[in-house]
Amino acid sequence: MRLGLVIDLDVCVGCHACAVACKEWNASGTTGPLSDYDPYGAEPSGVWFNRIRHYEIGEYPNSKTINFPMSCMHCEDADCVTVCPTGASYKRAEDGIVLVDQNKCMGCNYCSWACPYGARELDRSSGTMKKCTLCIDRIYDQDLPVEERQPACVLTCPAHARMFGDLDDPGSAVSAAVRERGGYQLLPELGYNPTNHYLPPRKPKPIPSGESGHGVMAKVKKLVNRVVRR
Amino acid sequence: MHPAFSVIFFTVASGAGFGLFVLLYLADLFHLGGGLTADANALAGLLAICFVGGGLLSSTFHLANPKNAWRAFTRWRTSWLAREGVFAVAFFPFAVLYLVLAWLDVARDLRLVLGFFACLFAWATLFSTGMIYACLKTIRQWNTPLVPAAYMVLGHFSGAMILLVIALYSGAAFLPYEVLALALLISAAFIKAIYYFWVMRPYGSTINTATGFTRGKVRLLDTGHTHGTFLTREFGFQVRAGTRLLLKAGFFLFATGLPLTMLAQGQALQAQSAFAAMVCVLLGLVLERWLFFAEARHVVNLFHGAQRT
Repeated sequence: MRLGLVIDLDVCVGCHACAVACKEWNASGTTGPLSDYDPYGAEPSGVWFNRIRHYEIGEYPNSKTINFPMSCMHCEDADCVTVCPTGASYKRAEDGIVLVDQNKCMGCNYCSWACPYGARELDRSSGTMKKCTLCIDRIYDQDLPVEERQPACVLTCPAHARMFGDLDDPGSAVSAAVRERGGYQLLPELGYNPTNHYLPPRKPKPIPSGESGHGVMAKVKKLVNRVVRR
Repeated sequence: MHPAFSVIFFTVASGAGFGLFVLLYLADLFHLGGGLTADANALAGLLAICFVGGGLLSSTFHLANPKNAWRAFTRWRTSWLAREGVFAVAFFPFAVLYLVLAWLDVARDLRLVLGFFACLFAWATLFSTGMIYACLKTIRQWNTPLVPAAYMVLGHFSGAMILLVIALYSGAAFLPYEVLALALLISAAFIKAIYYFWVMRPYGSTINTATGFTRGKVRLLDTGHTHGTFLTREFGFQVRAGTRLLLKAGFFLFATGLPLTMLAQGQALQAQSAFAAMVCVLLGLVLERWLFFAEARHVVNLFHGAQRT
């Protein structure tokens, strides 16, 4: 099993609800708290597992805004785990989730250096590294209804831009989406083989202008349009 | 990358300590300049131990949760950081036994065997220190074999300068020590020159491969945070091109240029000028190490709007 997220860049509206839901759930979750520094001051900052950036693709006027949520990719070849000297960082064999054992971490920052996706952030109050757990305390919670056993970010996304599932199973919805929409990995050249995939924007169909057609009806319509003021 | 002073001090000090010990052992093995006196040998050894120990101790200052530092010895199968710790700790018993036997001047064969193992661990530690940086695929300025090579050569170079000062003060025939320092100075200059040349031009990942939009221009509109984050603080550190050039010039001036003029005195070298040369080299290495961090550009900067690293 290889659990991860598939993020649809075509429909993400960049509302940051996933980041807020993530913070809300995980602040009291297994790796909580997610400390804030100077939250109401001039320079608010803090620990977040999920961050959304916004890019312009192409050049005006042929450009498009892309909202880009990023969290831990739960890489197959996770260097953050190999470089960890204490064994605090580990990747679960059963579902591929990468976690940090808060009781073992010494806060050397080395794993964050090895992560190309900026998924790891040091919590200054505990002195330990923290990161996305794929809401491990939700997805296996037998007390929750089955449909709620998903990461908080996925549940909250109003645009349904986030999907959670097993990317090892070719029959899963996430695998199908990656297959059909040409889902891709970030920074593939570094060889981390991230589990999370991104779906590129769809090619929009041209919007019919209504001016087409050379028949009699088209000519009548054209005449009416010229005569009638609307 | 943010240059943490504790790590700069650690790598410069422990590099010099290991280099000093290795050269001290080789001087003993080959009777360099007739060999150092027992007292000079012990003093140099003690200095090496202090440099290594002090460096290791300072390396714990940058930990956010030092109470778990002991666990850093456990993952030596995969982590270069753990290997560095294991090798560095393994170095001490061999080095101390060697130095004690050398000071008492007993059991020469046993002493040389112990010293040899201490040297092996010193070399392994220096190499591991370099590999901590060189193994990171995320930072192209570090992900090159020139990094561990430079760590080893600069460690030996600074060690040779300290050893030269001790040889001069102890009244030994210092010319071989001077030649040794000179040879290492030239190696250090060349390896850093090649390194700076190698990392000069950007290559590798771009903002396009980072976002997956490889067929058009990608421009950051908004980072999504109102103020700095852990990522911007740790990886966002930048120095201007002019400052970088100045620091490089500073490194070559202090670590190679000035010491070279002092070493050029040859047989007439005074202990004071050798000491000044040693201070210059250590200062130059601090500049070099600071720049080594400041110049490194992590790929996460691509997500924050950098077009290339």
